[in-house]
Amino acid sequence: MGQITLQGVQKSFGPVHIIKGADLDIADGSFVVFVGPSGCGKTTLLRLIAGLEDVTGGAILIDGKNVVDTPPAKRGLSMVFQSYALYPHMSVRGNIGFGLKMAGLRKDEINRKVEAAAATLNLTPYLDRKPRELSGGQRQRVAIGRAIVREPKGFLFDEPLSNLDAALRVQMRIEVTRLQKQLGTTAIYVTHDQVEAMTMADKIVVLNAGKIEQYGSPLELYERPANLFVAGFIGSPKMNFVTGDSAAQRGAATIGVRPEHLKIERDGGGGWQGTIAVAEHLGSDTFLYVDAGPLGMLTARYIGELSLHAGDRVSLVPDPARIHRFDASDNAIRN
Amino acid sequence: MARKSTTQRVVISTIGAWFFGFLIFFPILWMVLASFKTELEAFAIPPSFLFFHWTTENYATVQERSDYFHHAMNSIIIAGGSTLIALLIAVPAAWSMAFSPTKRTKDILLWMLSTKMMPPVGVLVPIYLIYKTFGLLDSRIGLVFILCLGNLPIVIWMLFTYFKEIPRDILEAARMDGATIGRELIYVLTPMAIPGLASTMLLNLILAWNEAFWTLNLSTSEAAPLTVFIASYSSPEGLFWAKLSAASTLAIAPILVLGWFSQKQLVRGLTFGAVK
Repeated sequence: MGQITLQGVQKSFGPVHIIKGADLDIADGSFVVFVGPSGCGKTTLLRLIAGLEDVTGGAILIDGKNVVDTPPAKRGLSMVFQSYALYPHMSVRGNIGFGLKMAGLRKDEINRKVEAAAATLNLTPYLDRKPRELSGGQRQRVAIGRAIVREPKGFLFDEPLSNLDAALRVQMRIEVTRLQKQLGTTAIYVTHDQVEAMTMADKIVVLNAGKIEQYGSPLELYERPANLFVAGFIGSPKMNFVTGDSAAQRGAATIGVRPEHLKIERDGGGGWQGTIAVAEHLGSDTFLYVDAGPLGMLTARYIGELSLHAGDRVSLVPDPARIHRFDASDNAIRN
Repeated sequence: MARKSTTQRVVISTIGAWFFGFLIFFPILWMVLASFKTELEAFAIPPSFLFFHWTTENYATVQERSDYFHHAMNSIIIAGGSTLIALLIAVPAAWSMAFSPTKRTKDILLWMLSTKMMPPVGVLVPIYLIYKTFGLLDSRIGLVFILCLGNLPIVIWMLFTYFKEIPRDILEAARMDGATIGRELIYVLTPMAIPGLASTMLLNLILAWNEAFWTLNLSTSEAAPLTVFIASYSSPEGLFWAKLSAASTLAIAPILVLGWFSQKQLVRGLTFGAVK
């Protein structure tokens, strides 16, 4: 079991409020991603759950038991650090087995569990090597091995893939997701990469300036963002925002349209007129950055190849069913 | 072409490195050579480099005239004792400054270092008087104390920089793994800090071994270490180059051997591979 509940969790460093009251219910076995810009408090929130920082207020419940006064190791959670944080003087075997050794397990039992974890992560040939003799991806796997061997109630991942190169990151992303599903252990994963969040999560927590902006499934966040911040943060390229007359006509202070929901027509059609400033041809997609005069820069995405170039005049027609409307205080207006 | 010029560059830089290495080592070599010459040959002009009358007579005279082992034992006790005490004080000090720094930590470190900027002779008179009052003149304990205090700022600085390099994440990982502070210290921190501790210890030993200002001024015979033993050969009776060289060779020999054997310990980079 690994149900984690936050009730009004607060954290301040002196006069600075980092976490301003977080309420969250994480179901057993789910994969939850904390995402947000740097400095939004996502790592702090994770460290509060881990017990590496003390809460200023509120409660953290693991399986219904308040753990705010419980030391990290007794919370039954294990953590994978951004820097891997392997013990440099210990072999892979020693690294993975350290937690079990501290728990006072018998040597043969430690060996059995370490070998099982190593087999899951394809680390068996490296068990007697030191961390310095491993590649980045292998080190990351050792860090994950150290986390799974203790059979915790939950995994905490603090941007674990950010030190890997792009190709390896994609591969490890899939491996981590598969491993979590296979073990069925609750996982909380911190990242600033919204693609990682969208692809890995069962549910995403979007944090901004110490506040939870929205908590929901990836598609919920994409289709029904609660406010301007979430709308702008989730989705790549970023949603286009238009204020002024176009918004007022639709009874909103701001309207948002995703680049993929703008229909691109040659000049002269209806919609928003503009000149292409930059055209990116990826083969699979075409991204147009259009200077739309008083509306500012708009981004449009076309699936497939579109032979338009910088300097061409186009008009962009928003799909009326997929226009997001926001009021003056940036909250979404629901019909 | 490219390969040829690379080889050329390697050859030139190798020759250059050997040349400068030899240049730096030359005074020591010259001292060792002079210790095997007769007094006359030792200051003959032009000097003979290898073709002179080799003799070990100087070493015998030096041992006969002044008790080498008495001075060597004093050096060992004074350098070893001051190093040990300095480490005992510096480890917790550097530890706390590295792992739970406050706003004033930087200031404290700078203040400690600033004490090294003052010339020791500036405080010679007060310290001499204090030592005289407390009966510490020409005592081993007095020298251990002054050398320990003198080197403490450098020892704390060195350890501080070593401890600073130990990533915090690793300590937190150990906490997540259920290590208590004691076990964290035994299984994680100490093994990672050993190269730093070893090189700090060695440097402090060398500094204390060669320290001449305080040892010459605060000791005469009873507690006098090898520095005093060397100095006694540049005396009012005249300068005895060969004997002075023999005494100096004998004085640096132990620390040279120690440095040679602990070279491996000094190699750092144990933390490499822990993070990133």
